[in-house]
Amino acid sequence: MPAPENQLEVRVWRGGAEGGYQTFQVPRLASQTVLDVVTWIQRHLDASLAYRFACRVGMCGSCAMSVNGVARWTCRTHVEKVCDGERMDIAPLANLPIIRDLVTDMSAFFDKWARAKGQFVPSSTRKDPFALVPPDSRARAAVDAAIECIGCGVCYASCEVVAWNRDYLGPAALNRAWTLVRDVRDAAHSERLAAVSGDAGCHACHTHTSCTERCPKHLSPTASIAGLKRATALAMLKGAL
Amino acid sequence: MSTRSEARAWLAQRLSAAVLAVCVLVHLVTLIVAVRHGLSAEAILGRTRGSVAWTAFYSVFVVAVAVHAPLGLRVVAAEWLGWRGIVANFAWLVAGIALLGLGARAVLAVAL
Amino acid sequence: MMHSGWANRGHAAFWAFVVHRVSGVLLAVFLPLHFLALSQALADAGALDAFLVWTHHPLVEASEIAVVFLLAAHFTGGLRLLLIEFLGWRGEAQKAMLAAAGGGAVFFALMFALNLI
Repeated sequence: MPAPENQLEVRVWRGGAEGGYQTFQVPRLASQTVLDVVTWIQRHLDASLAYRFACRVGMCGSCAMSVNGVARWTCRTHVEKVCDGERMDIAPLANLPIIRDLVTDMSAFFDKWARAKGQFVPSSTRKDPFALVPPDSRARAAVDAAIECIGCGVCYASCEVVAWNRDYLGPAALNRAWTLVRDVRDAAHSERLAAVSGDAGCHACHTHTSCTERCPKHLSPTASIAGLKRATALAMLKGAL
Repeated sequence: MSTRSEARAWLAQRLSAAVLAVCVLVHLVTLIVAVRHGLSAEAILGRTRGSVAWTAFYSVFVVAVAVHAPLGLRVVAAEWLGWRGIVANFAWLVAGIALLGLGARAVLAVAL
Repeated sequence: MMHSGWANRGHAAFWAFVVHRVSGVLLAVFLPLHFLALSQALADAGALDAFLVWTHHPLVEASEIAVVFLLAAHFTGGLRLLLIEFLGWRGEAQKAMLAAAGGGAVFFALMFALNLI
Protein backbone atom coordinates (compact mmCIF):
# COMPACT_ATOMS: atom_id res chain seq x y z
CA MET A 1 0.00 0.00 0.00
CA PRO A 2 1.63 3.32 -1.06
CA ALA A 3 2.43 5.88 1.65
CA PRO A 4 0.12 8.92 2.00
CA GLU A 5 1.57 12.14 0.54
CA ASN A 6 3.02 13.51 3.74
CA GLN A 7 4.64 10.21 4.59
CA LEU A 8 7.74 8.42 3.43
CA GLU A 9 8.03 4.67 2.99
CA VAL A 10 11.43 3.62 4.28
CA ARG A 11 12.95 0.14 4.10
CA VAL A 12 15.65 -0.34 6.71
CA TRP A 13 18.01 -3.31 6.95
CA ARG A 14 17.53 -5.27 10.17
CA GLY A 15 19.66 -8.05 11.58
CA GLY A 16 23.03 -9.28 10.38
CA ALA A 17 24.12 -10.60 7.02
CA GLU A 18 21.16 -13.02 7.02
CA GLY A 19 18.70 -10.26 7.92
CA GLY A 20 16.22 -8.41 5.74
CA TYR A 21 14.48 -5.12 5.10
CA GLN A 22 11.78 -3.86 7.46
CA THR A 23 9.38 -1.21 6.21
CA PHE A 24 8.49 1.87 8.24
CA GLN A 25 6.33 4.89 7.48
CA VAL A 26 7.92 8.14 8.49
CA PRO A 27 6.46 11.68 8.34
CA ARG A 28 7.99 13.86 5.64
CA LEU A 29 9.44 17.09 6.94
CA ALA A 30 11.11 20.04 5.23
CA SER A 31 14.91 19.83 4.87
CA GLN A 32 14.82 16.32 6.28
CA THR A 33 18.05 14.33 6.12
CA VAL A 34 18.34 10.55 5.97
CA LEU A 35 19.85 10.63 9.48
CA ASP A 36 16.75 12.49 10.66
CA VAL A 37 14.65 9.64 9.25
CA VAL A 38 16.70 6.91 10.95
CA THR A 39 16.64 8.80 14.25
CA TRP A 40 12.86 9.31 14.01
CA ILE A 41 12.34 5.57 13.47
CA GLN A 42 14.53 4.69 16.44
CA ARG A 43 12.82 7.19 18.74
CA HIS A 44 9.19 6.72 17.74
CA LEU A 45 8.77 3.32 16.10
CA ASP A 46 11.47 0.86 17.10
CA ALA A 47 13.96 1.55 19.86
CA SER A 48 15.90 -1.61 18.98
CA LEU A 49 17.21 -0.12 15.69
CA ALA A 50 21.01 0.06 15.85
CA TYR A 51 22.89 2.78 13.99
CA ARG A 52 25.91 5.05 14.40
CA PHE A 53 26.18 8.82 14.37
CA ALA A 54 28.05 11.49 16.31
CA CYS A 55 28.44 15.05 15.10
CA ARG A 56 25.44 15.04 12.68
CA VAL A 57 26.97 18.04 10.86
CA GLY A 58 29.25 16.37 8.30
CA MET A 59 32.54 16.33 10.18
CA CYS A 60 33.00 12.91 11.74
CA GLY A 61 31.83 10.47 9.05
CA SER A 62 30.23 8.10 11.61
CA CYS A 63 26.79 8.15 9.98
CA ALA A 64 27.91 6.69 6.65
CA MET A 65 25.34 4.20 5.33
CA SER A 66 24.10 2.84 2.04
CA VAL A 67 21.13 4.86 0.78
CA ASN A 68 19.38 3.38 -2.28
CA GLY A 69 22.53 1.37 -2.96
CA VAL A 70 24.95 4.29 -2.75
CA ALA A 71 27.26 5.00 0.21
CA ARG A 72 26.66 8.43 1.72
CA TRP A 73 26.91 10.49 4.90
CA THR A 74 23.31 10.33 6.03
CA CYS A 75 23.53 13.58 8.02
CA ARG A 76 24.43 15.45 4.84
CA THR A 77 21.99 13.70 2.53
CA HIS A 78 18.64 15.42 2.13
CA VAL A 79 15.82 12.98 1.60
CA GLU A 80 14.47 14.87 -1.44
CA LYS A 81 17.88 14.46 -3.11
CA VAL A 82 17.84 10.66 -3.06
CA CYS A 83 14.18 9.82 -2.97
CA ASP A 84 12.24 10.84 -6.06
CA GLY A 85 9.37 8.48 -5.36
CA GLU A 86 8.04 7.86 -1.90
CA ARG A 87 10.43 5.01 -1.07
CA MET A 88 13.94 4.87 0.28
CA ASP A 89 16.18 1.91 1.14
CA ILE A 90 18.67 2.33 3.99
CA ALA A 91 21.29 -0.35 4.54
CA PRO A 92 24.65 -0.67 6.26
CA LEU A 93 27.82 0.19 4.31
CA ALA A 94 28.80 -2.43 1.74
CA ASN A 95 32.00 -4.49 1.84
CA LEU A 96 32.07 -4.64 5.64
CA PRO A 97 30.72 -7.31 8.01
CA ILE A 98 27.39 -6.30 9.55
CA ILE A 99 27.24 -6.25 13.34
CA ARG A 100 23.54 -5.46 13.48
CA ASP A 101 21.05 -3.39 11.49
CA LEU A 102 22.91 -0.33 10.14
CA VAL A 103 26.14 -0.89 12.07
CA THR A 104 29.18 -2.44 10.39
CA ASP A 105 32.41 -3.76 11.82
CA MET A 106 35.05 -1.27 10.74
CA SER A 107 38.00 -3.36 12.02
CA ALA A 108 39.01 -4.63 8.59
CA PHE A 109 38.96 -1.09 7.22
CA PHE A 110 41.38 0.15 9.88
CA ASP A 111 43.48 -3.02 9.89
CA LYS A 112 44.16 -2.44 6.21
CA TRP A 113 45.13 1.15 7.01
CA ALA A 114 47.81 -0.28 9.32
CA ARG A 115 48.84 -2.93 6.76
CA ALA A 116 49.42 -0.17 4.21
CA LYS A 117 51.81 1.40 6.73
CA GLY A 118 49.50 4.37 7.06
CA GLN A 119 51.32 5.73 10.09
CA PHE A 120 53.95 8.45 10.14
CA VAL A 121 57.43 7.27 11.11
CA PRO A 122 59.62 10.11 12.35
CA SER A 123 63.12 10.71 11.06
CA SER A 124 64.16 13.22 13.71
CA THR A 125 63.71 13.84 17.44
CA ARG A 126 62.64 16.81 19.56
CA LYS A 127 66.28 17.73 19.85
CA ASP A 128 66.54 18.39 16.11
CA PRO A 129 65.42 21.66 14.55
CA PHE A 130 61.92 21.86 13.04
CA ALA A 131 61.50 20.30 9.60
CA LEU A 132 60.98 23.07 7.06
CA VAL A 133 58.40 21.99 4.51
CA PRO A 134 57.31 24.74 2.11
CA PRO A 135 53.53 24.39 1.77
CA ASP A 136 53.67 25.21 -1.93
CA SER A 137 56.31 22.58 -2.71
CA ARG A 138 55.06 19.85 -5.07
CA ALA A 139 55.46 17.17 -2.42
CA ARG A 140 53.47 19.07 0.21
CA ALA A 141 50.82 20.08 -2.33
CA ALA A 142 50.34 16.40 -3.14
CA VAL A 143 49.98 15.59 0.56
CA ASP A 144 47.55 18.47 1.16
CA ALA A 145 45.32 17.31 -1.69
CA ALA A 146 44.79 13.97 0.05
CA ILE A 147 45.22 14.66 3.77
CA GLU A 148 41.64 15.55 4.74
CA CYS A 149 40.40 11.95 4.89
CA ILE A 150 38.46 11.25 8.10
CA GLY A 151 38.17 7.50 7.62
CA CYS A 152 34.41 7.34 7.05
CA GLY A 153 34.57 4.25 4.87
CA VAL A 154 32.40 5.54 2.01
CA CYS A 155 35.15 4.99 -0.57
CA TYR A 156 35.83 1.49 0.75
CA ALA A 157 32.15 0.64 0.54
CA SER A 158 31.96 1.99 -3.02
CA CYS A 159 35.00 0.18 -4.41
CA GLU A 160 34.20 -2.81 -6.62
CA VAL A 161 37.77 -4.15 -6.32
CA VAL A 162 37.33 -4.32 -2.53
CA ALA A 163 34.28 -6.49 -3.19
CA TRP A 164 36.13 -8.74 -5.67
CA ASN A 165 39.46 -8.98 -3.84
CA ARG A 166 39.21 -9.69 -0.13
CA ASP A 167 42.80 -8.66 0.58
CA TYR A 168 42.73 -5.39 -1.36
CA LEU A 169 43.85 -2.61 0.99
CA GLY A 170 41.29 -0.22 -0.50
CA PRO A 171 41.19 3.43 -1.45
CA ALA A 172 41.36 5.03 2.02
CA ALA A 173 44.37 3.06 3.27
CA LEU A 174 46.23 3.62 0.01
CA ASN A 175 45.31 7.31 -0.05
CA ARG A 176 46.74 7.74 3.46
CA ALA A 177 49.88 5.80 2.49
CA TRP A 178 50.35 8.21 -0.42
CA THR A 179 50.27 11.23 1.88
CA LEU A 180 53.10 9.63 3.84
CA VAL A 181 55.06 8.61 0.73
CA ARG A 182 55.09 12.30 -0.19
CA ASP A 183 55.87 13.46 3.35
CA VAL A 184 59.50 14.53 3.23
CA ARG A 185 59.89 14.02 7.00
CA ASP A 186 58.84 10.36 6.94
CA ALA A 187 61.48 7.68 7.46
CA ALA A 188 59.67 4.51 6.31
CA HIS A 189 59.61 5.17 2.57
CA SER A 190 60.85 1.82 1.24
CA GLU A 191 58.87 -0.28 3.73
CA ARG A 192 55.75 1.64 2.82
CA LEU A 193 56.24 1.16 -0.92
CA ALA A 194 56.62 -2.57 -0.29
CA ALA A 195 53.47 -2.54 1.86
CA VAL A 196 51.34 -0.91 -0.86
CA SER A 197 52.58 -3.12 -3.71
CA GLY A 198 51.16 -6.23 -5.25
CA ASP A 199 47.76 -7.80 -5.86
CA ALA A 200 46.48 -6.49 -2.53
CA GLY A 201 47.98 -3.06 -3.00
CA CYS A 202 47.90 -0.18 -5.41
CA HIS A 203 48.47 -2.50 -8.38
CA ALA A 204 44.98 -3.92 -8.00
CA CYS A 205 43.28 -0.58 -8.66
CA HIS A 206 41.54 -0.48 -12.04
CA THR A 207 40.70 3.23 -12.01
CA HIS A 208 36.94 2.73 -11.72
CA THR A 209 36.99 6.02 -9.77
CA SER A 210 33.99 4.95 -7.69
CA CYS A 211 35.94 6.13 -4.65
CA THR A 212 36.56 9.57 -6.14
CA GLU A 213 32.95 9.85 -7.28
CA ARG A 214 31.62 9.13 -3.80
CA CYS A 215 34.11 10.74 -1.40
CA PRO A 216 32.14 13.28 0.64
CA LYS A 217 35.29 15.34 1.11
CA HIS A 218 35.92 15.39 -2.65
CA LEU A 219 39.27 13.69 -2.34
CA SER A 220 40.63 11.55 -5.16
CA PRO A 221 42.00 8.23 -3.91
CA THR A 222 42.34 7.34 -7.61
CA ALA A 223 44.91 10.11 -7.99
CA SER A 224 46.75 9.02 -4.83
CA ILE A 225 46.81 5.40 -5.98
CA ALA A 226 48.11 6.47 -9.40
CA GLY A 227 50.87 8.27 -7.50
CA LEU A 228 51.68 5.06 -5.63
CA LYS A 229 51.82 3.21 -8.96
CA ARG A 230 54.37 5.71 -10.24
CA ALA A 231 56.39 5.61 -7.03
CA THR A 232 56.51 1.80 -6.97
CA ALA A 233 57.32 1.61 -10.69
CA LEU A 234 60.22 3.99 -10.22
CA ALA A 235 61.45 1.97 -7.25
CA MET A 236 61.26 -1.24 -9.30
CA LEU A 237 63.17 0.27 -12.19
CA LYS A 238 65.85 1.42 -9.75
CA GLY A 239 65.98 -2.05 -8.20
CA ALA A 240 64.83 -0.61 -4.89
CA LEU A 241 61.58 -2.59 -4.51
CA MET B 1 53.57 -15.07 -5.83
CA SER B 2 55.27 -12.61 -3.52
CA THR B 3 54.12 -8.99 -3.54
CA ARG B 4 57.42 -8.19 -5.22
CA SER B 5 56.62 -10.55 -8.11
CA GLU B 6 53.06 -9.28 -8.27
CA ALA B 7 54.31 -5.71 -8.55
CA ARG B 8 56.73 -6.78 -11.29
CA ALA B 9 53.90 -8.52 -13.12
CA TRP B 10 51.96 -5.25 -13.04
CA LEU B 11 54.95 -3.36 -14.40
CA ALA B 12 55.45 -5.94 -17.16
CA GLN B 13 51.77 -5.51 -18.02
CA ARG B 14 52.15 -1.73 -18.35
CA LEU B 15 55.46 -1.90 -20.24
CA SER B 16 54.07 -4.43 -22.70
CA ALA B 17 51.02 -2.16 -23.00
CA ALA B 18 53.24 0.74 -24.02
CA VAL B 19 54.93 -1.43 -26.67
CA LEU B 20 51.55 -2.69 -27.85
CA ALA B 21 50.24 0.87 -28.10
CA VAL B 22 52.73 1.42 -30.93
CA CYS B 23 52.24 -2.03 -32.48
CA VAL B 24 48.45 -1.84 -32.40
CA LEU B 25 48.39 1.62 -33.95
CA VAL B 26 50.59 0.41 -36.81
CA HIS B 27 48.50 -2.77 -37.10
CA LEU B 28 45.19 -0.88 -37.22
CA VAL B 29 46.45 1.44 -39.94
CA THR B 30 47.99 -1.46 -41.85
CA LEU B 31 44.86 -3.54 -41.87
CA ILE B 32 42.64 -0.62 -42.78
CA VAL B 33 44.88 0.07 -45.76
CA ALA B 34 45.38 -3.60 -46.61
CA VAL B 35 41.70 -4.41 -46.65
CA ARG B 36 41.05 -1.77 -49.29
CA HIS B 37 42.73 -3.92 -51.87
CA GLY B 38 40.84 -6.98 -50.75
CA LEU B 39 42.08 -9.48 -48.26
CA SER B 40 44.13 -12.14 -50.03
CA ALA B 41 47.14 -14.27 -49.22
CA GLU B 42 49.00 -12.60 -52.06
CA ALA B 43 48.39 -9.16 -50.56
CA ILE B 44 49.46 -10.18 -47.07
CA LEU B 45 52.42 -12.34 -48.02
CA GLY B 46 53.58 -9.94 -50.70
CA ARG B 47 54.10 -7.45 -47.94
CA THR B 48 55.60 -9.70 -45.31
CA ARG B 49 57.53 -12.46 -47.11
CA GLY B 50 61.25 -11.85 -46.92
CA SER B 51 60.83 -8.48 -45.24
CA VAL B 52 63.18 -7.95 -42.31
CA ALA B 53 61.23 -4.94 -41.11
CA TRP B 54 57.83 -6.65 -41.02
CA THR B 55 59.31 -9.80 -39.46
CA ALA B 56 60.94 -7.73 -36.75
CA PHE B 57 57.75 -5.77 -36.21
CA TYR B 58 55.52 -8.84 -35.86
CA SER B 59 58.09 -10.58 -33.65
CA VAL B 60 58.06 -7.67 -31.21
CA PHE B 61 54.25 -7.61 -31.43
CA VAL B 62 53.99 -11.33 -30.62
CA VAL B 63 56.34 -11.15 -27.63
CA ALA B 64 54.53 -8.12 -26.20
CA VAL B 65 51.12 -9.73 -26.57
CA ALA B 66 52.34 -13.03 -25.10
CA VAL B 67 53.30 -11.07 -21.98
CA HIS B 68 50.27 -8.75 -21.90
CA ALA B 69 47.33 -11.10 -22.53
CA PRO B 70 47.99 -13.83 -19.92
CA LEU B 71 48.82 -11.25 -17.25
CA GLY B 72 45.57 -9.47 -18.01
CA LEU B 73 43.52 -12.66 -17.97
CA ARG B 74 45.19 -13.67 -14.71
CA VAL B 75 43.71 -10.62 -12.95
CA VAL B 76 40.24 -11.13 -14.48
CA ALA B 77 40.24 -14.79 -13.45
CA ALA B 78 41.39 -13.93 -9.92
CA GLU B 79 38.74 -11.25 -9.43
CA TRP B 80 35.75 -12.79 -11.20
CA LEU B 81 36.41 -16.55 -10.95
CA GLY B 82 38.39 -16.63 -7.73
CA TRP B 83 41.32 -18.35 -9.44
CA ARG B 84 44.26 -17.47 -7.25
CA GLY B 85 47.42 -19.17 -6.05
CA ILE B 86 50.35 -21.14 -7.37
CA VAL B 87 48.41 -23.38 -9.74
CA ALA B 88 46.56 -20.47 -11.34
CA ASN B 89 49.75 -18.45 -11.78
CA PHE B 90 51.53 -21.44 -13.30
CA ALA B 91 48.62 -22.03 -15.66
CA TRP B 92 48.87 -18.43 -16.95
CA LEU B 93 52.61 -18.83 -17.41
CA VAL B 94 51.97 -21.90 -19.54
CA ALA B 95 49.29 -20.00 -21.47
CA GLY B 96 51.80 -17.25 -22.18
CA ILE B 97 54.34 -19.72 -23.49
CA ALA B 98 51.70 -21.39 -25.63
CA LEU B 99 50.61 -18.03 -27.06
CA LEU B 100 54.23 -17.18 -27.77
CA GLY B 101 54.59 -20.49 -29.61
CA LEU B 102 51.47 -19.98 -31.71
CA GLY B 103 52.49 -16.42 -32.48
CA ALA B 104 56.02 -17.41 -33.46
CA ARG B 105 54.57 -20.02 -35.80
CA ALA B 106 52.35 -17.37 -37.39
CA VAL B 107 55.28 -14.98 -37.84
CA LEU B 108 57.33 -17.76 -39.45
CA ALA B 109 54.40 -18.61 -41.70
CA VAL B 110 54.16 -15.12 -43.12
CA ALA B 111 57.84 -14.22 -43.01
CA LEU B 112 59.51 -17.15 -44.69
CA MET C 1 28.07 -8.09 4.19
CA MET C 2 26.16 -5.85 1.79
CA HIS C 3 27.25 -5.46 -1.80
CA SER C 4 27.16 -2.03 -3.38
CA GLY C 5 24.29 -1.87 -5.83
CA TRP C 6 24.24 -1.11 -9.54
CA ALA C 7 23.18 2.42 -8.63
CA ASN C 8 26.75 2.87 -7.50
CA ARG C 9 28.16 1.94 -10.90
CA GLY C 10 26.47 4.47 -13.13
CA HIS C 11 29.49 6.62 -13.79
CA ALA C 12 31.40 6.79 -17.05
CA ALA C 13 34.79 5.63 -15.78
CA PHE C 14 33.24 2.39 -14.54
CA TRP C 15 31.80 1.65 -17.98
CA ALA C 16 35.20 2.44 -19.48
CA PHE C 17 36.59 -0.29 -17.23
CA VAL C 18 33.90 -2.76 -18.32
CA VAL C 19 34.58 -2.05 -22.00
CA HIS C 20 38.31 -2.42 -21.43
CA ARG C 21 38.00 -5.71 -19.56
CA VAL C 22 35.40 -7.30 -21.87
CA SER C 23 37.30 -6.26 -25.01
CA GLY C 24 40.53 -7.62 -23.53
CA VAL C 25 39.00 -11.00 -22.73
CA LEU C 26 37.36 -11.30 -26.17
CA LEU C 27 40.60 -10.31 -27.92
CA ALA C 28 42.49 -12.90 -25.87
CA VAL C 29 40.02 -15.54 -27.09
CA PHE C 30 40.35 -14.33 -30.70
CA LEU C 31 44.14 -14.18 -30.75
CA PRO C 32 45.02 -17.90 -30.88
CA LEU C 33 42.49 -18.30 -33.70
CA HIS C 34 44.16 -15.40 -35.52
CA PHE C 35 47.58 -17.01 -35.13
CA LEU C 36 46.26 -20.39 -36.31
CA ALA C 37 44.67 -18.80 -39.37
CA LEU C 38 47.90 -17.05 -40.35
CA SER C 39 49.82 -20.27 -39.83
CA GLN C 40 47.86 -21.72 -42.73
CA ALA C 41 50.41 -19.97 -44.90
CA LEU C 42 53.04 -22.40 -43.61
CA ALA C 43 51.63 -24.96 -45.95
CA ASP C 44 51.45 -22.64 -48.92
CA ALA C 45 49.81 -19.42 -50.01
CA GLY C 46 46.98 -21.48 -51.41
CA ALA C 47 46.02 -22.75 -47.98
CA LEU C 48 45.82 -19.19 -46.64
CA ASP C 49 43.79 -18.11 -49.67
CA ALA C 50 41.38 -20.98 -49.18
CA PHE C 51 40.84 -19.81 -45.64
CA LEU C 52 40.50 -16.16 -46.67
CA VAL C 53 37.79 -16.97 -49.21
CA TRP C 54 35.71 -18.17 -46.28
CA THR C 55 36.10 -14.76 -44.66
CA HIS C 56 34.13 -13.06 -47.43
CA HIS C 57 30.93 -14.27 -45.84
CA PRO C 58 28.97 -11.25 -44.48
CA LEU C 59 28.71 -12.73 -40.99
CA VAL C 60 32.46 -13.20 -40.87
CA GLU C 61 33.02 -9.68 -42.17
CA ALA C 62 30.70 -8.33 -39.47
CA SER C 63 32.72 -10.24 -36.85
CA GLU C 64 35.92 -8.79 -38.29
CA ILE C 65 34.56 -5.28 -37.91
CA ALA C 66 33.59 -6.16 -34.34
CA VAL C 67 37.09 -7.44 -33.59
CA VAL C 68 38.66 -4.31 -35.04
CA PHE C 69 36.34 -2.25 -32.86
CA LEU C 70 37.34 -4.30 -29.80
CA LEU C 71 41.01 -3.81 -30.62
CA ALA C 72 40.58 -0.08 -31.14
CA ALA C 73 38.52 0.25 -27.94
CA HIS C 74 41.04 -1.68 -25.87
CA PHE C 75 43.84 0.39 -27.41
CA THR C 76 42.27 3.81 -26.79
CA GLY C 77 41.05 2.82 -23.32
CA GLY C 78 44.51 1.51 -22.50
CA LEU C 79 46.13 4.75 -23.65
CA ARG C 80 43.80 6.63 -21.32
CA LEU C 81 44.87 4.41 -18.39
CA LEU C 82 48.56 4.81 -19.17
CA LEU C 83 48.10 8.58 -19.27
CA ILE C 84 46.23 8.62 -15.95
CA GLU C 85 48.66 6.31 -14.19
CA PHE C 86 51.92 7.69 -15.49
CA LEU C 87 51.23 11.30 -16.28
CA GLY C 88 48.97 11.94 -13.32
CA TRP C 89 45.31 12.49 -12.74
CA ARG C 90 43.79 15.70 -14.00
CA GLY C 91 40.22 15.85 -12.75
CA GLU C 92 38.91 18.22 -15.40
CA ALA C 93 40.31 16.19 -18.26
CA GLN C 94 38.60 12.94 -17.28
CA LYS C 95 35.45 13.34 -19.32
CA ALA C 96 37.46 14.62 -22.29
CA MET C 97 39.74 11.60 -22.18
CA LEU C 98 36.81 9.21 -22.08
CA ALA C 99 35.17 10.96 -25.01
CA ALA C 100 38.43 10.89 -26.98
CA ALA C 101 38.91 7.19 -26.25
CA GLY C 102 35.36 6.33 -27.28
CA GLY C 103 35.52 8.49 -30.38
CA GLY C 104 38.87 7.10 -31.41
CA ALA C 105 37.66 3.52 -31.17
CA VAL C 106 34.59 4.24 -33.25
CA PHE C 107 36.74 6.05 -35.81
CA PHE C 108 39.07 3.11 -36.37
CA ALA C 109 36.24 0.61 -36.57
CA LEU C 110 34.38 2.80 -39.04
CA MET C 111 37.44 3.26 -41.27
CA PHE C 112 37.90 -0.48 -41.36
CA ALA C 113 34.26 -1.16 -42.05
CA LEU C 114 34.11 1.35 -44.87
CA ASN C 115 37.18 -0.10 -46.53
CA LEU C 116 35.96 -3.62 -46.11
CA ILE C 117 32.55 -3.21 -47.61
